[in-house]
Amino acid sequence: MDGEELTEQETALYDRQIRVWGVDAQRRLSKAHILVSGMKGTVVEFCKNIVLAGVGSLTLVDSREVTEEALSANFLIPPDENVYSGKTLAELCCDSLKDFNPMVRVSVEKGDISSFGGDFYDRFDVVVISSCSFATKKLINEKCRKVSKRIAFYTVDCRDSCGEIYVDLQNYTYSKKKLDETDECQLQYPSFEEAVTIPWRALPKKVTKLYLAMRVIERFEEAEGRNPGEISIADLPGVLKLKKELCEAQSFNESHVPDALLERLVSDTSEFPPVCAILGGILGQEVIKAISGKGDPLKNFFFFDAIDGKGIIEDISNPNPGS
Amino acid sequence: MASHQRSPAIKGAKVLMVGAGGIGCELLKTLALSGFEDIHIIDMDTIEVSNLNRQFLFRQSHVGQSKAKVARDAVLRFRPHISITSYHANVKDPDFNVDFFKQFNVVLNGLDNLDARRHVNRLCLASDVPLVESGTTGFLGQVTVHVKGKTECYECQPKPTPKTYPVCTITSTPSKFVHCIVWAKDLLFAKLFGDKNQENDLNARSSNAASSSQQAEDVFERQNDEGIDEYAKRIYDHVFGYNIGVALSNEETWKNRNRPKPLYSRDVFPEEPSQQNGNMDKNCATDDPLSVSAMASLGLKNPQDIWSLLENSRIFLEALKLFFGKREKEIGNLSFDKDDQLAVEFVTAAANIRAASFGIPLHSLFEAKGIAGNIVHAVATTNAVIAGLIVIEAIKVLQRDANNYRMTYCLEHPSRKMLLMPVEPFEPNKSCYVCSETPLLLEVNTHRSKLRDFVEKIVKAKLGMNCPLIMHGPALLYEVGDDLDKDMAANYAANLEKVLSELPSPVTGGTMLTVEDLQQEFTCNINIKHREEFDEEKEPDGMLLSGWTQAPRVEKDDNKTVGNGGSSTSNASSAMPVEAEEDDDIEFVPTGKKRKVGEISKATNPNLSDVADDDVLVMLDGENLDINKKKKLQ
Repeated sequence: MDGEELTEQETALYDRQIRVWGVDAQRRLSKAHILVSGMKGTVVEFCKNIVLAGVGSLTLVDSREVTEEALSANFLIPPDENVYSGKTLAELCCDSLKDFNPMVRVSVEKGDISSFGGDFYDRFDVVVISSCSFATKKLINEKCRKVSKRIAFYTVDCRDSCGEIYVDLQNYTYSKKKLDETDECQLQYPSFEEAVTIPWRALPKKVTKLYLAMRVIERFEEAEGRNPGEISIADLPGVLKLKKELCEAQSFNESHVPDALLERLVSDTSEFPPVCAILGGILGQEVIKAISGKGDPLKNFFFFDAIDGKGIIEDISNPNPGS
Repeated sequence: MASHQRSPAIKGAKVLMVGAGGIGCELLKTLALSGFEDIHIIDMDTIEVSNLNRQFLFRQSHVGQSKAKVARDAVLRFRPHISITSYHANVKDPDFNVDFFKQFNVVLNGLDNLDARRHVNRLCLASDVPLVESGTTGFLGQVTVHVKGKTECYECQPKPTPKTYPVCTITSTPSKFVHCIVWAKDLLFAKLFGDKNQENDLNARSSNAASSSQQAEDVFERQNDEGIDEYAKRIYDHVFGYNIGVALSNEETWKNRNRPKPLYSRDVFPEEPSQQNGNMDKNCATDDPLSVSAMASLGLKNPQDIWSLLENSRIFLEALKLFFGKREKEIGNLSFDKDDQLAVEFVTAAANIRAASFGIPLHSLFEAKGIAGNIVHAVATTNAVIAGLIVIEAIKVLQRDANNYRMTYCLEHPSRKMLLMPVEPFEPNKSCYVCSETPLLLEVNTHRSKLRDFVEKIVKAKLGMNCPLIMHGPALLYEVGDDLDKDMAANYAANLEKVLSELPSPVTGGTMLTVEDLQQEFTCNINIKHREEFDEEKEPDGMLLSGWTQAPRVEKDDNKTVGNGGSSTSNASSAMPVEAEEDDDIEFVPTGKKRKVGEISKATNPNLSDVADDDVLVMLDGENLDINKKKKLQ
């Protein structure tokens, strides 16, 4: 059957990684279809990794035009107006990504990510969205969950030197090799909405402060009707006020959401390129795991902060789903 | 922190990157995006197809070109206004001396071998420039910061040396596939196609008299009137049949071992192999010697398949014939190269036939190539993560934020919820022979080991020196350099062949030698202790170097007699380690470190004890051995 065996060309190109994850995983990768939305630094890093890995296809969504900010952590677009004028971010990134690996089909989907219907998502195995509002995240997550097949859903965001990845693999079964035996493992993921509405007092002890701070910023942007990242130091008083309200409403100790952290997150919203590389790398690895069905996947949040250098996994899910 | 992009510490920094491979490509990109404007990059390698899956600055059309130069050009396309200087050269070249290093604010390593890492470490110490060191293998990686006087240097903890195998395991009693690979590659391949003057233990079996092994030498020569088919079959029968038969006659060897089965071509082939001839014409389409293939002529396609004994035998004969038919000019000068298809086919087939004879499971060409070529596992994602971490540490170094330096481990399985685990760096090891001036101790038989043994196995292999100079008090025993006068050079050459105790200034127990590398500006003293006997299995070098902390000491066993005895044995075994290939992004992982970071060792290799005996993979630096063994099982 076509595509059952790797070609000689694929074997030569992917030699080093086949030695890591095996021929079988490589075959699955070559049949996987990925959708990404929001072509900023972190997503660009992710796209590079996944195109190099040899997925079947990658579809880009981002109809924004090039701005100086969009260029700052993006190595796919030459800073030359003659090249980028009149094209969208997705189109420009597509041109460069095609070059990285001729065996991957890279294309652009025009339009607004939140307007696509359920059939649209049916074409994909993995959906990664970035730089979009709280409402859009929830909406797309729900659409992916309604499709009959299982779509692996991810969000990724980088603010200043901090970053967050969210993962929803729904009901996920995977194999885990222990010495000579292979164990079947199962995980149950909450939806994005389920996860972020878990009362803060019910969260794991010592949950990273970054999780809480990101939720405050998300709610603030939502309440103010801002685009993601459309926030500045002038908004700090409003953000602190919202934090107080959220904590009080949940009888949650305010000191778990430090003002200094919120201040950092609002004062510089541009992406820090080393953090983009780190998040894009971790996300790439996770998507490869989810496609190949091999290895423990991340459940269900990952955080990185360059200030302390920790890359932390948090499991934010209701211990008794449905109760 | 994002505003650091505009920070003067970054903008004004002059950065040296060593390595433009897997980590290097990611690092150069991230440095440029982060606002660095003056970057120098050294790499001696050229681009290969197997790099393209992760070294994203390179394309198919760049294969064969300088990595450093192509990487520079690619990054300048999206950051045209910064300065990137590329050097297509070996970092060990004398041009890159202490003065060269002194011009930089920080050095960032993305290297693939222990030797170069140690060399750069010494230059950084001598020039007092901070070093950020890194390595990856598969999903694992590590970044460390080395600032002279503040944190430990790269060599404060001894690095395991490459795995070596006792000669007799390779020549007579293989028990693992890797032993068969080493035999096929370092003995048989070298004997048939390599330099005829090289010492080779292919026919040296413990009990054989010197005369018979002398005789056996000629077996490998093709006679003038000998047809190629006839020759190939004769070699086959000699190494897989006759030699095994001779080995079997030594009953003592097989008391507690499974007896191997001699294999002769007449038994393996259902009919005359000459009638099974491959179609050599399939190889005529190209003139590129590296694309001649026995697999192609025999119609075998999938490198993942495990061939039968018959298929391996056909490949063996066909590959031998192709070497003599298509690449005769190279015979006598060949050394094994993992990118030489025919060489890989020959070694795979020979190793598998030997494995079949010894009852060891056979392996595919893909697997055999990995073992023979010491191919390191590598994926783009880990390199990207590690490059990001390097830049974060580099920025701290430039801002002299010493309290926040961290070494960071990238783990495959989270430990205490962490996938990226920062750890405070260690203080310099006061007994480090590299960054402190602590003398080393060498136990050696001064009546038997030659100065050459000392230079090759200790000064170069263990101390990692490039241009050594050896002194005993005021007397100069040995020196390397282009500008030596003739008499001196002859003098040193003569010294090399003398045993230590018979040197013009005799080296005996109690002597202190001073060894210096002028390029690295690094000196160390070695106290000599005379010792009569060495265990051939545990101490194949016939010498034992110790003196810095945690060097694993080998139990002394004076009762054991050394089989073949003498320096010729240790010579031979030094040829045994599977050679490190200058190929990939290496790896060093926290398995060896037991201090302070106990939880990491547990985190990265929880199953270690279960797999410690499984040598499926042989890694070049040996540093990541345990991790890779584990990896293989997952």
